[in-house]
Amino acid sequence: MTETLQDETREAPTLPLHMRRDGFDPVPDMAAMRDDEGVREVDTAFGMPAFLVARHADVKAVLADSVRFSNESRRAFDAPGAPKFSDEERERMRAGNLLGVDPPEHTRLRRMLTPEFTVRRMRRLEPRIIEIVDDHLDAMEKAGAPADLVADFALPIPSLVICELLGVPYADRAEFQERTSKLLDISLPMDERMDLGRASRDYMADLVARAQAAPGEDMLGMLVREHGSGNDGDLTTDELIGIAGLLLIAGHETTSNMLGLGTLALLRHPDQLALVRDDPAAVAPAVEELLRFLGIVHSGIPRTTTEDVEVGGVAIPADSLVILALAAANRDPRVVADGDRLDITRDAAGHVAFGHGVHHCLGAPLARMEMRTAFPALLRRFPGLKLAVPFEEVGFRAFHFIYGLQSLPVTW
Amino acid sequence: MKIEADRDICIGAGMCVMNAEEVFDQGDDGIVVVLEADVPPEHADAAARAVAGCPSGALRRIED
Repeated sequence: MTETLQDETREAPTLPLHMRRDGFDPVPDMAAMRDDEGVREVDTAFGMPAFLVARHADVKAVLADSVRFSNESRRAFDAPGAPKFSDEERERMRAGNLLGVDPPEHTRLRRMLTPEFTVRRMRRLEPRIIEIVDDHLDAMEKAGAPADLVADFALPIPSLVICELLGVPYADRAEFQERTSKLLDISLPMDERMDLGRASRDYMADLVARAQAAPGEDMLGMLVREHGSGNDGDLTTDELIGIAGLLLIAGHETTSNMLGLGTLALLRHPDQLALVRDDPAAVAPAVEELLRFLGIVHSGIPRTTTEDVEVGGVAIPADSLVILALAAANRDPRVVADGDRLDITRDAAGHVAFGHGVHHCLGAPLARMEMRTAFPALLRRFPGLKLAVPFEEVGFRAFHFIYGLQSLPVTW
Repeated sequence: MKIEADRDICIGAGMCVMNAEEVFDQGDDGIVVVLEADVPPEHADAAARAVAGCPSGALRRIED
């Protein structure tokens, strides 16, 4: 069987195996590949060898080893089928992108951001998150049923939170939400997505310039004040643009899909929904289980091997792409019993939904705080929440780099 | 149980604080601070979870 990572034709591409889903679940072929082979060589349009890794232990081992499994995409871009950029443009695209650099460069950037995402810092944000959630619930209640839970709840809440945190005008949301959504849609032609990437950069460049002129109390202002003075080791303007762009995308595309898909998953399991609604102690473990079960980030950033390696008994040559099947790994029977079943009472803490290793999601504490607030608040406000259409009519976003829903019509 | 943390390796993910806030904290820089290197028995399970769940591998159990 062959898989295609990218497709430059106008038709929707064939989905690579690790992105194929059957509702919430990785397709049976994916589960079988994990259980039988564990590691498989697959084809990519880039024309360089690629290996799909699906077992939980192997995925963790790869993610934990940033020396032999590099995030730097330089090699991937040198492959014959890769999109072409000038060295200057490539360097600009790389600047500040924490997901595209390895230690020690990664460490330097990440250390500037870690103070902003501590557990204590998140607790200080909690009252504002509660307020934002309540405001959106008020608006839904006032407008009356039915509602689209994606457009009215799941997307705007994380968007507003990251806008306030970062210092992005919320008035610009329609524009950047649409751009990001298309940027991450692999069914769109590569050149269109590259143009969107450039537009996205231009937008962030403008915000960074404003923050440099008058740094505010938000994260952009902090980065400019504390790390943007042109001293040794400080952030360049390109790096500021890269960091801000990444945080904006990561901050609203991920949690929003968890809120939408997570609500649908709970609606399909009414007994578990009732637990999240009625038992405050059930909420935190439920969020971990939803993260595990939904595995919305299909694979994260592919790694590139820096030397000949062996993964799960399979020899992988240097300069190969390694794709991590995170959703399948989260259901690996070696680490989780009956993993295809949603069970919010289980201990799901070992999941790799936020990744593992040095690139483990920077915003995980924020995402957890948002979900732990939003799910129970929604279910308490609308105890009779239910689907407004048959389940079969709910549209999943199949071609998106991050799994989610197109919309979620609900009533109460 | 005894715990050791490597602050150079730590990425400040805060998983240890989430798993065992009696044993771990984060400094203002977000980097791990071990509150109880000699883990009291009542927090041993939580500390073990924190060691297992540390994404960067900064935590080590040096004695059972």
